[in-house]
Amino acid sequence: MTKVNDFVVRFANVNGTGSASANSMFAKAIFRMGVPVTPKNIFPSNIQGLPTWYEVRVNEKGYLGRREGIDLMVSVNPQSMLKDVQSVRSGGYFMYDNTKPLHKEYIREDITYLGIPLMGICMEQYTDPRQRQLFKNIIYVGALSALLDIEFAVLEQLLAEQFKGKEKLVAPNVQALQLGVKYVQENFTFPLEIRVERRDLVGKRIMFDGNGACGLGAVFAGATVAAWYPITPSTSVVEKFEKYAKKFRTDKETGEKNFAIVQAEDELAAIGMVIGANWNGARSFTATSGPGVSLMNEFLGLGYFAEIPAVLIDVQRTGPSTGMPTRTQQSDITLAAYASHGDTKHVLLFPSNPKDCFELTADAFDLAERLQTPIIVLTDLDLGMNDHMSEPFEWDESRKYDRGKVYTAEDLENMGRFGRYLDSDGDGIPYRTYPGTHPTKGSYFTRGTSRDEYAVYTEDSAVYVRNMQRLEKKWDTAKDIVPKPHFYQQKNMSPLGVIFFGTSTYSSEEAIDLLREQDVVLDAMQLKAFPFNKDVEQFIEDHEVVFVIEQNRDAQMRSLLINELEINPKKLIRVLNYDGMPITADKIVKEISKNLVTN
Amino acid sequence: MTYVRPTFRHPDLPKNKIDFTKKDYEGALSTLCAGCGHDSISGAIIQACFELAIEPHRIAKLSGIGCSSKTPAYFLGNSHGFNSVHGRMPSVATGAYLANRDLVYFGVSGDGDSASIGMGQFVHAIRRNLNMVYLVMNNGCYGLTKGQDSATADNGSKSKAGSTNMFNAIDLVGLGLELGATFVARSFSGDKAQLIPLIKAAIKHPGFALIDVISPCVTFNNNVGSTKSYDYVREHIDATSTVDFVPIMEEITANYEDSKEITLHDGSALQLQKLHQGWNPEDRLSAMTALQNAKEKGEILTGLVYIEPNTNALHDVLQTTKTPLNTLKEDLLCPGIDALEALNESLR
Repeated sequence: MTKVNDFVVRFANVNGTGSASANSMFAKAIFRMGVPVTPKNIFPSNIQGLPTWYEVRVNEKGYLGRREGIDLMVSVNPQSMLKDVQSVRSGGYFMYDNTKPLHKEYIREDITYLGIPLMGICMEQYTDPRQRQLFKNIIYVGALSALLDIEFAVLEQLLAEQFKGKEKLVAPNVQALQLGVKYVQENFTFPLEIRVERRDLVGKRIMFDGNGACGLGAVFAGATVAAWYPITPSTSVVEKFEKYAKKFRTDKETGEKNFAIVQAEDELAAIGMVIGANWNGARSFTATSGPGVSLMNEFLGLGYFAEIPAVLIDVQRTGPSTGMPTRTQQSDITLAAYASHGDTKHVLLFPSNPKDCFELTADAFDLAERLQTPIIVLTDLDLGMNDHMSEPFEWDESRKYDRGKVYTAEDLENMGRFGRYLDSDGDGIPYRTYPGTHPTKGSYFTRGTSRDEYAVYTEDSAVYVRNMQRLEKKWDTAKDIVPKPHFYQQKNMSPLGVIFFGTSTYSSEEAIDLLREQDVVLDAMQLKAFPFNKDVEQFIEDHEVVFVIEQNRDAQMRSLLINELEINPKKLIRVLNYDGMPITADKIVKEISKNLVTN
Repeated sequence: MTYVRPTFRHPDLPKNKIDFTKKDYEGALSTLCAGCGHDSISGAIIQACFELAIEPHRIAKLSGIGCSSKTPAYFLGNSHGFNSVHGRMPSVATGAYLANRDLVYFGVSGDGDSASIGMGQFVHAIRRNLNMVYLVMNNGCYGLTKGQDSATADNGSKSKAGSTNMFNAIDLVGLGLELGATFVARSFSGDKAQLIPLIKAAIKHPGFALIDVISPCVTFNNNVGSTKSYDYVREHIDATSTVDFVPIMEEITANYEDSKEITLHDGSALQLQKLHQGWNPEDRLSAMTALQNAKEKGEILTGLVYIEPNTNALHDVLQTTKTPLNTLKEDLLCPGIDALEALNESLR
């Protein structure tokens, strides 16, 4: 079975050995050849010495979800070799370092072994131990390029770009690639049955990670204050924000910065700083993961009740507790939706690719100030820390930031008594003032305690209830201004519906196509935001059965739909994956098919 | 109980340099217990801000939770206030200060708020040298929950119910010195003559100014045997010096041998007299020694303890623009479409 542009390669490396840049060069080369590609890091919560994997799915149909079954394993890590041999699909290939012979327990009859003396070549060519280690990675990329028919010139170009400014490093790297190519030419029949053929299927698309896109979105949206506490997998959101803010927002003459970043002492302080900065009229955000959101509950409740904008990017990882810090999940939905004690609810946004990350992060700042409440962008490790093929970023040059309802000194001058929590427009959203606006008007006391329309403390039940009802009205207003769901069909075609969001989107799209090949037609809706608007409700109402695809154990999105829209639970069928690995189309197809049979 | 504040004010109330009367710096009527030390401190804050002639709306007052943290409602009614969550005022103040470097940030906290639940944020705010006043109303107990010992209660101090505190006290002044605070003072709510000039100097100080004010809780911690009672404090108080705040451009009159003058960042000055022996307010080590010596003798050392008049606050360290960040618009913040296109190209 020849598989041109349709296979999965997995690299088994030791973390901290420089394999990451070699592996991503491999993926990027295929992308440059116009073929859609999906790389994924499967890495340990560790800095050096433990097994780490890098998986690349090549698929010319453009399916970007993870796929089970490894066609070619590049085994560079003896620690995990037994497991790695076993994970190759029957008929696949196993590339390994044959400097020393392979033990017989690693031998399978149904796969092809490609032995390359990586260490032997390095020992012969290099004297410096660090060079031996680094060039070993480049040599196997060279060997793969010959085996899989990857254009050598593309790799050369990538090296030239990578070492721009350090040109003298290019030649030795090209030479290392050639060592790999040469060994293949002399020892194997090549290319293999699985291989790459140049196509024009990528167009203007880019390869970027979701975290970087969130950081970039915050720069474009005018965030000026970032406060954060390091936590996997969200750390690179603020790192990328810093990178781009430094690049675009530093005065070239004075070195002065039009932004401020503080690494807080913990997540409690990080969100506190964000609340303080937003209260004072700056756009401010933080990024964290589940454990951080747990700590931030207190301030999220304050933000909701005192009505202070905030943007929180939650890059979800596998919980509960410390869970699997370097594995993915969509399991903070309930936590985020109802964070903090008392009657609270929060607006959530669900990006599913880097372009979404960029746009929804930017939108989050507008929504936060329009609604005067925290907005939580729920991404995940898979989206945040892996490169994804994505449509290019777009920005409307005429876009103005929506700073929401804020009275200026002039407004205050020309009006009667200012009431911070008065519902002047009937949409539940009051007007606010920034500190320092007017000498005698517009000041008020912000508090997490109950207060009246003029921000004066009260324990009057009727006033308290009035305020809570206004907050509910504001919630209803939010339904109409948060991003609408995306529908995959103009008109419903089936009694069966499917709902998904975030990184479940890739594999859901593929599963829908696979099921259609089996004559199972599904209408599909991708959720973009919470609260759910009328369209979401209508979609569920219009279908007899709706599958809800998500990556957690407790079907949290399903619960949220049932709870918020008062749906009959029997109507919503859970399709779940929560093993820490990105959900696959196969799994979705299996789950849905199983239910179709029993129904 | 209904409180009604008399609305009558003398028509000739004195005005400060910018034409505000003291009334313009007052807040709502206090709901704290009659005789509470905190109310005296609120009065001192009002007096200090009036005398410094700061436009009231250019001050932002922030607090956490507790009796102390309720007080921002009772002073500076024309200033924005933020009564945040328990022990988290420093982070809110940090964010606020980052957003707008041009306002005066006045933080009020208590001993529970700072020395227990908020210890983490308190010490990190000091580390970052925020340009703010951080005033602790320290009564050694939890007033709002009816008198439990706090972490600043002295070992051996007796509560109203008769129990003895068995744990060592956290000394916020000692901690501030150790952590590198650039302005450290202690005062007593019953000593306005000392407290007002200290508050003024703290406001003028361009970095983190800590004032720990012993403020007896008349209801739960003013009994015999308590080391935070009015009587005990009065009997054991000692001062590093007397403190006078001399506004900018005003001449310093008296000059004694045991006196010292410290010029503050903006040109105003602190005049210190009757200096403690061996103590130099600009020398951290001598400040620590003076504090330890007083402790050894069972005395409560008050007054200015340490000052570093010219200091780099957080914005200086971060090299932030001089323009308040909250006033920047799209033109300076959004890199624009060309930059984005170039970036797209680099990701292909």
